[in-house]
Amino acid sequence: MTELILFNVFNGLIVGAFYALMALGLSLIINLTSVINFAHGGFLALGAYIAYELAPYLGFWGALIIAPVLTAVLGLVVERLMIRRLYGRDPLYSLLLTFGLAYVFEDGLRYIWGAQSLPFKVPDWLMRPLSTYLFFLTGYRVFMVVLVAVAVIGLFLILTRTRLGIRIRAGTLDLETVSVLGVNVRILRNLNFGLGIYLAGLAGVLAAGLLGLQPTMGDALIMPSFVAIIVGGLGSLVGTLLGGLLIGVAAGLATVYVPSASEAIIYLMMAVVLLARPRGLLGEEGMNL
Amino acid sequence: MEHKNKSGAISRRAVLQLATATGLAQLAPPLLIQARGEQSVKLGLDNPLTGTYAATGKNELSGCQLAVEQINAKGGILGRPAELLIEDSTSGDAGTAVQKARKLIDRDKVNFLLGNVNSALSLAMAEVSYEKGVLHVVPGGHTDAVTGTSCHWNVFRVCNTTRMLTNAIAKTLMEKYGKKMYFLTSDYAFGHTLQDGYDANLKQFGGTKLGEDLIPLGTTDFSSYLIKAQATNPDIIVFLMNGDDLLNALKQAVQFGLDKRIHLAGANTELEVLEGLPPEARIGDWVAEWYHVQPNVPHVDEFVAAIKKKTGRVPTARTWFGYVGAWTCALAANGAKSLEAEKMARALQGMKLPPEVGLMPDTPFYREGQNQLIGSLYVGHAQAKGQAGEDDLFHVDTIVHGKDVAGTVEESGCKMTWPKA
Amino acid sequence: MTERNSKLVWNVILWIVLLTMPYWMNAVGGYTGLATRVLVLGLAAMSVNFLLGFTGVLSFGHAAYFGLGAYGVGMILKYIAPSTPLGILVGVLVGTLGAAVVGALIVKLRGIYFAMVTIAFGQMFYFIAFRWNTVTGGDDGLNGWRRMPIDLGLGRLDIASSGQTYYYLVLALFALSVGIMALILRSPFGRTLLAIRENERRARFLGIPVERHIWIAFIISAAFASLAGVLYALLNNFVDPRSLHWTLSGNFVIMAVVGGMRSFWGPLIGAAIFVVLQDYVSSYTQNWMFFIGIFFVLIVLFFPRGVLGMIRRRQS
Repeated sequence: MTELILFNVFNGLIVGAFYALMALGLSLIINLTSVINFAHGGFLALGAYIAYELAPYLGFWGALIIAPVLTAVLGLVVERLMIRRLYGRDPLYSLLLTFGLAYVFEDGLRYIWGAQSLPFKVPDWLMRPLSTYLFFLTGYRVFMVVLVAVAVIGLFLILTRTRLGIRIRAGTLDLETVSVLGVNVRILRNLNFGLGIYLAGLAGVLAAGLLGLQPTMGDALIMPSFVAIIVGGLGSLVGTLLGGLLIGVAAGLATVYVPSASEAIIYLMMAVVLLARPRGLLGEEGMNL
Repeated sequence: MEHKNKSGAISRRAVLQLATATGLAQLAPPLLIQARGEQSVKLGLDNPLTGTYAATGKNELSGCQLAVEQINAKGGILGRPAELLIEDSTSGDAGTAVQKARKLIDRDKVNFLLGNVNSALSLAMAEVSYEKGVLHVVPGGHTDAVTGTSCHWNVFRVCNTTRMLTNAIAKTLMEKYGKKMYFLTSDYAFGHTLQDGYDANLKQFGGTKLGEDLIPLGTTDFSSYLIKAQATNPDIIVFLMNGDDLLNALKQAVQFGLDKRIHLAGANTELEVLEGLPPEARIGDWVAEWYHVQPNVPHVDEFVAAIKKKTGRVPTARTWFGYVGAWTCALAANGAKSLEAEKMARALQGMKLPPEVGLMPDTPFYREGQNQLIGSLYVGHAQAKGQAGEDDLFHVDTIVHGKDVAGTVEESGCKMTWPKA
Repeated sequence: MTERNSKLVWNVILWIVLLTMPYWMNAVGGYTGLATRVLVLGLAAMSVNFLLGFTGVLSFGHAAYFGLGAYGVGMILKYIAPSTPLGILVGVLVGTLGAAVVGALIVKLRGIYFAMVTIAFGQMFYFIAFRWNTVTGGDDGLNGWRRMPIDLGLGRLDIASSGQTYYYLVLALFALSVGIMALILRSPFGRTLLAIRENERRARFLGIPVERHIWIAFIISAAFASLAGVLYALLNNFVDPRSLHWTLSGNFVIMAVVGGMRSFWGPLIGAAIFVVLQDYVSSYTQNWMFFIGIFFVLIVLFFPRGVLGMIRRRQS
């Protein structure tokens, strides 16, 4: 029994890392611009499909590198054409807009690639478990955790070492002052959105190796991402990371004791956090949209 | 500032005008349809075309469309042309499915209702068709209740019941691989009734259930359940799921290398699932409800060729369900020489499908008093690639006669009442 | 024409349109069931707007009370008694009670936190309905029952076999609800809610018990939502857990925003557009999601105050 629990905790961390990746992109966008990006799952699916198209020419690794970039480019375009007009308005409007976009993405993907699930090829040497005892540690899942770690470190470096990153962090706290100080806020928001979408695209490529490729693949990940952000605390990226890991572990443990509640447990967690400590684990007091 | 407002206003106005024009254009066709519609016999298909069941729903649609073409080529229904009206029920919204069913019946005045892939939606739609007395054929909704405890005189089903599926394979699995099984079951009607079927079979043939997990529909990560399953050391891990759930679960099981140590099996599988799996994950023992590679059965090749020409892909069991569903309507009307629902329903009692429609070793027929189609079931195993080509992803080991595994009408729980004359 | 008169004219036109619906609906390619659906979902959207547009509080989990109402009436008709009025009563009661309990817990939160906790509770109800399948039918849904004709003593309201009769019953209940809602909004209580929406801190300084007001507003709004759920279940003769899911809550919010959040009738217009558009477009093309999505995007970009807000601006 303890072995079962330990395995599930360990595995939960792996799953949680994936949730965290998704949630981080979402969190970046919410923190700076208060835009609730309901189309995040759509961008994930887009990243996966782009990788599917590129893989025959560039191989798995080429697709892994290029697909998120292309997805991010589309993100930049979407921000420039549509989302930009919504800043300063009630966040509800961005919700409605991105909701509409999510529909467009899903149907567009279905139109182009069909409703049938498509198989995505991952290099063979990644597909094996590392040991027969710890069989759930397949090369691919370990690789995924490593990649998420790299992405998180990369994000951290960008946010602390580059000018763009520092400006983003400053903008999260006080965008008006940043603008007055001469920073081009439009470009800042644009690039921030692109960065968030890059993470979604990356999550998409990773997901393609784990799950079947189909137009609705991002749908089930939207809510867990929001829960991760709330549990970890709005405004804190480390909180979001922690939140993702936590819900991964919670879902894993739930499967040991009450399997059918494994989906409901994240909502229970969110309710408990919101009632007991609304700002989340690492969020700041008074943070609001 | 003014300039900016003006251009904004113009673009808004233009959008408004365009929208109004489109809106008005939308209103015209229904009027036209009503004028044209007097002539044809209408079949209303209320099936998912978006969402998770879109792939299977669209395959059923192609089958229906081919059938309607063939029906018209052969003179139509009672001499009148057949027309297929298509509505998207969505993959899970019962409100929309019921609304569309009412629309097809009340506004479009269809003579037949077809649908749904989703078992729950099938049941909801059946209530509507029963209330309105319209002949209703369910091509691909598997839950037992449709021709069981919730059966109605006007509702017919093409695909197997979940009980038939489990009865076809459970014994073979126990003989081949061993009697200890762990179950991963989708937590909805389909999964539950499959589980009941397996439980009954285990009891009958002395198998053991080491454990069972009810997994929410739409789960993408099955790792924790697979961990639990393998910890009990079963002979077989049984996947009682469908669609993407089955796809993801199998993919992950193979990634974990579980297939090397434990046998993987389930109840039914579909070509749609196998096509979405990477080649190394196309394994396991399953039941197929129809398969496109049947060298000894006449007319199958013609059907496959016709579908390939129409859609660019081979037919799946779902395509066949839709095909039979639409043909059932024509057969009912032509057999009863009437479009009255009750007469057609009576004509379908015990009716056997002609060979060009049946396309199975056993001639499928609708069982009297239950309205359930009974034909053949194909027990076999998945394969990365077969001899018949890129699409040959399933190898049939045994043909099971539907009659042998269908149980009795009493056992199904169906007590059919007919309208008072 | 003064603004007051023009409002009166629009109101009269609206009610004439609604009263004569069965007569012109079929001619434009609609059907009675569609109109009933518009009314029911419109009521739900208006109930969300009671909180959103008039109190300034966003509930993203109102489907919970909608669904509770639906299951309430369904279970009464299936298990207890074939009485529609009893079902309606119990359904509304259950939904309202649920909201009273949840509301008391969450009333201290605001903004996105409030929205998310409403989702959390909604999903928990969803989970219970899904799992407790011996009682609720689980994912299969609750079926095998239907709305029963109502005995009025003077005569019988055959809402069971006549879709039209049922439409008029829904219209009557809708009118009643809308009337009560308008009265509440015009009362001192309603004015207080507006004050809270405009500036909560100032309202608090004025000594207004803000939490209590929000709690009561939440309960009132949920009462209407659960009535809408009851009527929805009766329309379909079917309830399933999706009536509790957050995506349905999201649809209500969308209807309110599309129609115009700050206006009274906006959500009804939004519901009409949402339902009718989806119905029409999905009949003509399998790619209806694409067009509906584009439609939402265009609405947000070009009609920021919703359809009604845009019309009002053009008038002034």
